[in-house]
This record gives sequence, C-alpha cells and structure tokens, in this order.
Amino acid sequence: MFMGILTDLRSSISRATSSLFTGGEPKRIGIYGPPNAGKTTLANRIARDWTGDAVGPESHVPHETRRARRKENVEIKRNGKSVTIDVVDTPGVTTKVDYKQFLEHDIEKEDAVRRSREATEGVAEAMHWLREDVDGVIYVLDATEDPFTQVNTMLVGIIESQDLPVLIFANKIDLDEASVQRVSNAFPQHETVPLSALEGDNMDEVYDKIAEYFG
Amino acid sequence: MAEVTTTDDDGGEPPTEGIQIDMISADRMDGLRTMEKIRLILDGVHDDNIVILESGLQPEEESKLIERTMTEINPDGDGFTGIEIESYPGGSGGDNGFLGRLMGNDDPNTLTVIGPADRIETLHKDETLISTLITRQ
Repeated sequence: MFMGILTDLRSSISRATSSLFTGGEPKRIGIYGPPNAGKTTLANRIARDWTGDAVGPESHVPHETRRARRKENVEIKRNGKSVTIDVVDTPGVTTKVDYKQFLEHDIEKEDAVRRSREATEGVAEAMHWLREDVDGVIYVLDATEDPFTQVNTMLVGIIESQDLPVLIFANKIDLDEASVQRVSNAFPQHETVPLSALEGDNMDEVYDKIAEYFG
Repeated sequence: MAEVTTTDDDGGEPPTEGIQIDMISADRMDGLRTMEKIRLILDGVHDDNIVILESGLQPEEESKLIERTMTEINPDGDGFTGIEIESYPGGSGGDNGFLGRLMGNDDPNTLTVIGPADRIETLHKDETLISTLITRQ
C-alpha cells in the first residue's frame, strides 16, 4: 500500500523535480525506448541542430546502437534563455536478443553473434545508466507501433520509480500509420510530444518542452 | 481387450514431457532479497519452466532483472535468448487497473508471467486478461 501511494505521487513529483535541479553542470538527459524507435535519429537531430555534429550512425537494423553515446554540452536556446544538456543516446531496451534476427538483414552468422553479444551488453549498460547516471529521460516511441508493450510499461515504471522528469516522444509522425493519440492514451500521466526526428517535424515544440522540463 | 498403460513398453524416452509451471506466492517473494528473487526467476527460466509471480516485481527489481538477463544471454552458447515477461498493462503506470481498484490495492505490482523468450508468446493482453501460447521444444 505504501509503495502504491509513493507511485501515485511520483508522476506529480516528476515534473516538480525538473525545477529543483541546481548547480551549473549540464543535465544528462537519457534517450530511452525500444529498439528502432528512432532514438539515434533524434539524438543526431538535436546534436546537429545545436552543435553541428552527429552522435552516431542510424540504421533500420535493430540494435544498431550497442553502446550508450554521450554528446556533451548541447546548448539549446529558447525564448531568450539557454539550456545546456548532455544527450545520452542509449541502446534500445529489450528482454530478449536472438542472433537469428540479424540474419534476416543479410548479416553473416559470425557478425550476427557478435552484434547480439554487443547488444546484450549495451542493454545492460543502458539499464545501469538509468539507475545511476541520468538526470532526466526522453522516452521515444515509434507512433506506428502498439505502445502497450511490457518493455514500455516496465521502463516507464522504472523511470517513475527514480523520480526522473520524463517526456514521451511519439516519433515517426510523418508515416500514415502513426497514432499520437494511442501513445498519449498509453501514458496519460506524462506529456506526449509528437515529432518526426527524421523529417524534423515539430522540432520547435520538442525544444520548447526540453527547455521546460530539463532546463 | 484394449490395454491401458502408463508405462513405455518400448523402453525408449518417457511418453510425455510436460511444461513445468512454478507459481510463486507473494509471501515467498517477500522473504527474498532482490538478487535471490532474480536468481529464482532466471534459474526457473533456464530450466525451461514458466514462472508466475503472484505479486510481480518492484521497478528497481525489474531493472536488475533485465540487466541480469542480458548478461546471461550467450549467442553461441546454450541457446538462451532471454525472457518474455508479461503483467497486466497499467500496473506500473499509476493506473492500477480494474482488479486493483476493486480490491482497493494501490500496489503497482500485479500477477506476472515470465518464461523463456523462445517458448512463450503473448497472444492477447488487456487489463483483465493475459493470454499466452507456450510451446514445447
């Protein structure tokens, strides 16, 4: 019962904690989500828009990002103020990795096994970052996919248990099948921001919200 | 006359191989530390059992379960590819679902089903029903 009350308080606390950040160090904002949600595309979009550099390679092959990558000192200017964050692009979180999934992408077995090993290490690393080393979270979902998955439920629950400020990004709105409403219905306790990281759609609102929540 | 027997007269493999389901009570889990819970779950899954938890895990424990599961996947080893885990949706999201509200239970954890990723497939899931297909190897 006690933990339940705590959980109920968390969603309201999570927004409040964003205003409690102190000190001059940039906040580390982790970009989390399932594989192929567009996390690296978003990280690259943010980094390119404000620093001119990319964070890492993007791919349609799952688990392309197998190490957490940090882009430091990304200064975002909004409404006369500036917010400096470290963007941490993390591997897509999953509870299972089978090397055979890579064979479908014309990858040889030896390389597929290596990718699988690196992917598992990357997911473990991402979980560790989430427990200890991020100050806020952007949770990225592919808006064309069902958001009611166990991984999403668990990850958002873990983020809430850490009292971290979180924004839900409904990505890939450039695709016809995208449903932002479905995403916002899945996580009504958090703010959902629609965007296409690939096409750069709605990035003004994205940066407004990042400044509001993580500044 | 037809003969009914439960023995294998051919002397070969036992005639049936079932699927073991371990249903672990909330009381039993309450007495365990985080790593003991994770070990209990993963040892069961490694043995190809289906593990059902009466009260699920706390978010911190789920985080460590995912991390531990990843470290135990060996792509060119024993064939373990991870776990499938399901609980009622809304359990961790602040909305405890119809059953939870009916029971006056604010605890975020709900009944949870865990099994080997290559043997369990979720067919349907909503706030009141988890339907899974469990396959034999």
